Amino acid sequence: MSDPTTVAGTTEERRVLPVTDLSLVVLVGATGSGKSSFARRHFKPTEVVSSDFCRGLVADDENDQSASKDAFDVLHYIVGKRLAAGRLTVVDATNVQREARRQLVQLAREHDVLPIAIVLDPPESVCRERNALRADRAGMPDHVVPRHRRELHRGLRGLEREGFRKVHVLRSVAETEAAEVRLERRFNDLRHLTGPFDVIGDIHGCRSELETLLGRLGYVDGAHPEGRTAVFVGDLVDRGPDSPGVLRRVMGMVEAGNALCVPGNHENKLGRWLKGRKVQLTHGLAETVEQLEREPEEFRTRVREFIDGLVSHYVLDGGKLVVCHAGLPEKYHGRTSGRVRSHALYGDTTGETDAFGLPVRYPWAEEYRGRATVVYGHTPVPTTSWINNTICLDTGAVFGGRMTALRWPERELVDVPAERVWYEPARPLSSDVPGGHQGRPLDLADVHGRRTVETRHLGNVAVREENAAAALEVMSRFAVDPRLLAYLPPTMAPTPTAKAEGFLEHPVEAFAQYRSDGVERVVCEEKHMGSRAVALVCRDADAARERFGVDGPTGALHTRTGRPFFDDGAATEQVLARLRTAIGAAGLWEELDTAWLLLDGELMPWSLKSGGLLRHQYAAVGAASGAVFPAAVGAVEAAVARGVEGLGGLLAAQRDRAADAAAFTEAYRRYCWPTEGLDGVRFAPFQLLAGRGRSLAGVPHDVQLGWLDRLVEHDPTGLLQVTRRIVVDTGDEASVRAGTDWWLELTGAGGEGMVVKPLAALVEDGAGRPVQPGVKVRGREYLRIVYGPEYTRPENLARLRQRSLGHKRSLALREYALGLEGLERMAAGEPLWRVHEAVFAVLALESEPVDPRL
Amino acid sequence: MFLTISTTGTPERPATDLGFLLHKHPERAQAFPTSHGIAHVLYPEATAERCTAALLLEVDPVALVRRGKGKGRGGAPDAALAQYVNDRPYAASSLLAVALAQVFKTALHGACRALPERAAAPLPLRIEVPVLPARGGAELVRELFGPLGWTTVDVAPVALDAQFPEWGDSRYVSLVLEGGGLRLADALNQLYVLLPVLDDAKHYWVAPDEVEKLLRAGEGWLASHPRRELITTRYLARRRSLAREASERLELVRLAEAEGLDVEDVDNAVDEARDTEERPVPLAVHRREAILSALRSAGAARVLDLGCGQGQLVQELLKDVRFTRIVGVDVSVRALTVAARRLRLERMGERQASRVELVQGSLTYTDKRLGGYDAAVLSEVIEHLDLPRLPALEYAVFGSARPRTVVVTTPNVEYNARWDSLPAGHVRHHDHRFEWSRAEFRKWAAEVAERYGYAVEFTPVGPDDPEVGAPTQMGVFTRTGTDTDTDTDTDTDTHTNTDTGTDTATATATEDEKKKEDRA
Repeated sequence: MSDPTTVAGTTEERRVLPVTDLSLVVLVGATGSGKSSFARRHFKPTEVVSSDFCRGLVADDENDQSASKDAFDVLHYIVGKRLAAGRLTVVDATNVQREARRQLVQLAREHDVLPIAIVLDPPESVCRERNALRADRAGMPDHVVPRHRRELHRGLRGLEREGFRKVHVLRSVAETEAAEVRLERRFNDLRHLTGPFDVIGDIHGCRSELETLLGRLGYVDGAHPEGRTAVFVGDLVDRGPDSPGVLRRVMGMVEAGNALCVPGNHENKLGRWLKGRKVQLTHGLAETVEQLEREPEEFRTRVREFIDGLVSHYVLDGGKLVVCHAGLPEKYHGRTSGRVRSHALYGDTTGETDAFGLPVRYPWAEEYRGRATVVYGHTPVPTTSWINNTICLDTGAVFGGRMTALRWPERELVDVPAERVWYEPARPLSSDVPGGHQGRPLDLADVHGRRTVETRHLGNVAVREENAAAALEVMSRFAVDPRLLAYLPPTMAPTPTAKAEGFLEHPVEAFAQYRSDGVERVVCEEKHMGSRAVALVCRDADAARERFGVDGPTGALHTRTGRPFFDDGAATEQVLARLRTAIGAAGLWEELDTAWLLLDGELMPWSLKSGGLLRHQYAAVGAASGAVFPAAVGAVEAAVARGVEGLGGLLAAQRDRAADAAAFTEAYRRYCWPTEGLDGVRFAPFQLLAGRGRSLAGVPHDVQLGWLDRLVEHDPTGLLQVTRRIVVDTGDEASVRAGTDWWLELTGAGGEGMVVKPLAALVEDGAGRPVQPGVKVRGREYLRIVYGPEYTRPENLARLRQRSLGHKRSLALREYALGLEGLERMAAGEPLWRVHEAVFAVLALESEPVDPRL
Repeated sequence: MFLTISTTGTPERPATDLGFLLHKHPERAQAFPTSHGIAHVLYPEATAERCTAALLLEVDPVALVRRGKGKGRGGAPDAALAQYVNDRPYAASSLLAVALAQVFKTALHGACRALPERAAAPLPLRIEVPVLPARGGAELVRELFGPLGWTTVDVAPVALDAQFPEWGDSRYVSLVLEGGGLRLADALNQLYVLLPVLDDAKHYWVAPDEVEKLLRAGEGWLASHPRRELITTRYLARRRSLAREASERLELVRLAEAEGLDVEDVDNAVDEARDTEERPVPLAVHRREAILSALRSAGAARVLDLGCGQGQLVQELLKDVRFTRIVGVDVSVRALTVAARRLRLERMGERQASRVELVQGSLTYTDKRLGGYDAAVLSEVIEHLDLPRLPALEYAVFGSARPRTVVVTTPNVEYNARWDSLPAGHVRHHDHRFEWSRAEFRKWAAEVAERYGYAVEFTPVGPDDPEVGAPTQMGVFTRTGTDTDTDTDTDTDTHTNTDTGTDTATATATEDEKKKEDRA
């Protein structure tokens, strides 16, 4: 469309068109009325979706009217996506027909944003002239513009009734020129307010308790000396002894700018009564009415106006905090519609009714996965608890419970007891807020399909769909209760491949690698050969119930894929009991101020958990080789003995192979011994991972080993085994030599090898990425189990040295970052699904294709 | 990878004739390259009285693993080749059989230009295979070689590890065959076929011409062999379709490896031996009939089959048009693949295909996709979950998905006493985490029904034994609460909903309402 003919030096006054900052703006006007130029002038190009453009998309011709239906399908789709994402959207189409507008109003409703109409209605001549100037519209029949205008005028008066919340009509070119769109913030958008806040739960006329609570929070006569803001979640009135007193206090604080308040369902009903509507005086409204009737008329008017002006929910503190009366799913945060208000005031129901004929509340908090913390009230509960980053503050003060406040951003709860039972509840308070236990249950959408997990140490870590699918199968069918599954050990990369003759792995490369990473001091820890085991030990069953929400077990002992280590729950409890005793005797409960500890370690012997694999694979190879070589070597020897020539090489080779096979059998045998109950079972812990409120994964290894030595020392049962270690300075030749000798001695005596870790545990390289948390240097004999009996033969070693470590090292880092993330999320008290997301991702990554020998 | 062939002789018919028959000179050591290593033929003894030829295959283990990897780990035709440490360099497997056929090709055909009449006549023979992998054990080895004309079939088990006697015997035996009634070619042909059959694995894919090879090598003995079926099945068992399945579960293979477990321990959702389509198990049929009948009387049209496995029930549901929407859910991707193949989903007509969907899901997580169905079936599912995890399933199905009807079947453990084949105290399937008596099932069902607002009725499935009941127990849960269309504008107070709070009688928003909306 060409620019409208402008009137220079217009005398027309500027006209401000208010537009809500999240809304659907529908331009209405005949062809040639100047909609596109208007949109260009007042909105960002990406905010405008035009029907002409969509026609072009589907039909290669912006004027092909036969493509209109498809074009509008596309337009509605784009508009829907934008609104769902919370973006202001402008529709540039004639929209002169009521049906076209109806669809757009409905779209706005579906996404809970306000529809706004801006009508451009210049004289017919203007439209004609503009169309005539455009080559592609030159052939437009004469009747089109008059028809559009006729249709427009027919509907103009009814636009508000159609659902448009604001209607701006611009009747002339001049008016259009003078218009200025001004974006207005939504009422509920208080993101610019950062508090700090004190969110206060349901009050129900309990004036005295309110005053006590405000006092406890530090308010003096309705104002906080440090400038904190109170936020009331509603239900100020009804049932209690002094609703007018509560209203007076709250209204005073709000008017003075010291408080915010959202309405509860009780305010809503009181508001209707105050407007003279017919409402039943039930649920304690009668008491309020009686109390208010004793007040002067002006007070009742003030209350009516106060209630009338309340906004159903607020988004605060940069979007981190949402406050409303009855809870609000994320998609409604900051939205404006009748159903948002209704949700905020009454909550959601399932559509079913319970045994009392009452509607069943929908457990929205269980499903809540939003970033913002939602603080609400409405449902009286005996004690508050966090569910998926939401908390209900209604602790039934009026029923003789407590009145509760939440300090934000401190997340501290402050409460005062009710002075008495002011009102008998119709039925006992439900034991749980809707949703039951913390974070239970998990939802498939938390783990299924392609996912990206945000980690604080390595940014986004992607999980592929097929890996998530495999992890889902293993997690669902074999893993322990996810509430007890806080950590899965990451895989560990081996040292860069050795150059020394006869070795595939050697400490020299490990030290050199850390040195080049800038790590000066490393600890070499003996690598135990058993099965990886993670132990969650709680001080007692109560501690397990309180922190992890499980009834019965006092912790968990699981494998690296999350399976219970023992099929028998009693065996698990026995191990946990021994660990508990050692932790107690070592004084670690007190020292770490926790009632639970998560430990990573190795459980031995290998044959305990992997007996099947040992017999089917390793012992079988030993048996086959052990039986075949005497016969084969004997046959060659006999042939040589009787003078057959050319067999010298074969005989030597067969003897070598026989020796290799015998060495292989010796290698696996070292890690097998019989056990009876827990007799013979050993556990070598090598890291304390977490305790209450704290991830310990970043604690330097010398401190860690100090704790662990004390554990071993205080274990009278012989279960716990010490991890031998030596500290090496990677820049000091003598120290490196000492470390190498230590490893040679260790592996020479049949040890599996060692793990080299930065002494400071969590270390970043120059680029701010974590360095490998550890690399393994496995012994020459042990590696026979991994690479086969004959791997040490020069021709085999030469080929095996061509191994590529890149993927393994990347995988190890990603799994490490996910492991840390899970621990830190748990320490921060984040919802179970957030912890599980990270744990699940570790399992999924374990199914990525990587050479399992590494 | 080692075997010997010996014969005895006389000065007139010297044992060293074996050299002519094998086309390998007894005084020379010879080496032949084969695809998996070098095959050596040498004679530890060669006198007129006694002559022994030894076949020694020097397998290159590193190349072997690389070759297996090339076909995809876990996707190799021989599962052993997928393992980095395997017995192939030591045990007499198909590698040795192939080497035997290559090195002794002419002898295998019974041809001998030098001594045709000796090749055509029986020979006193002694065959020794010191390490023969034998799936089926010593007994099967005897059954296979017994009917073939040997006077002695000596089979000795090989212990797994002398240091750990409690581990028992390995799957290897040491085999000695002796007899005077067989031609050398017969013996070689038997070994060529039976080594891989006993190993029950082949290092190469079975191609169509394999059938001909089997018929040729089996000429004269296979047709009348009492275990002919087993021999043919095992010999031809490795088909490409199986390979495809194997590659489908690579991720699971890796998870099993990470754990130090056999993959079968992790991936046991698909049980080929129990595939009820191939071998109808009457009980499974009874069960499906009972479930269908329960669904029909509940008037269900939209049905979830939770834990659909290989899709047998989905297939039955599809046959009845009153089931307009059928969703099969299983946690095993492999099971779903088998189900899709069974249902021929890819070739199904559009209308029919729109009735059915198969999705991966897990009943230990809530799943929004499962909402809004008339009925859900949990057939032989709950017993595959550890008891402590059962509440998660209960919540996901009865609390979250909440179909009007839920049909649950599970084994009745009391009936196990009636299965002759089931040793006392054993569960019916190795993955069953528990099996319940009728009382235990009823107690559980009643508690679940109570907690989630359902009523439950019980039906025995299969022959109802007066003492121990029926083999399968079925509970049909029906939701008891009523559905109401709640108007979100109604004033649902904390306790009751008596006050209809809509202010507006007309469809037009009042000023008041508009204001409220703006103040959402």
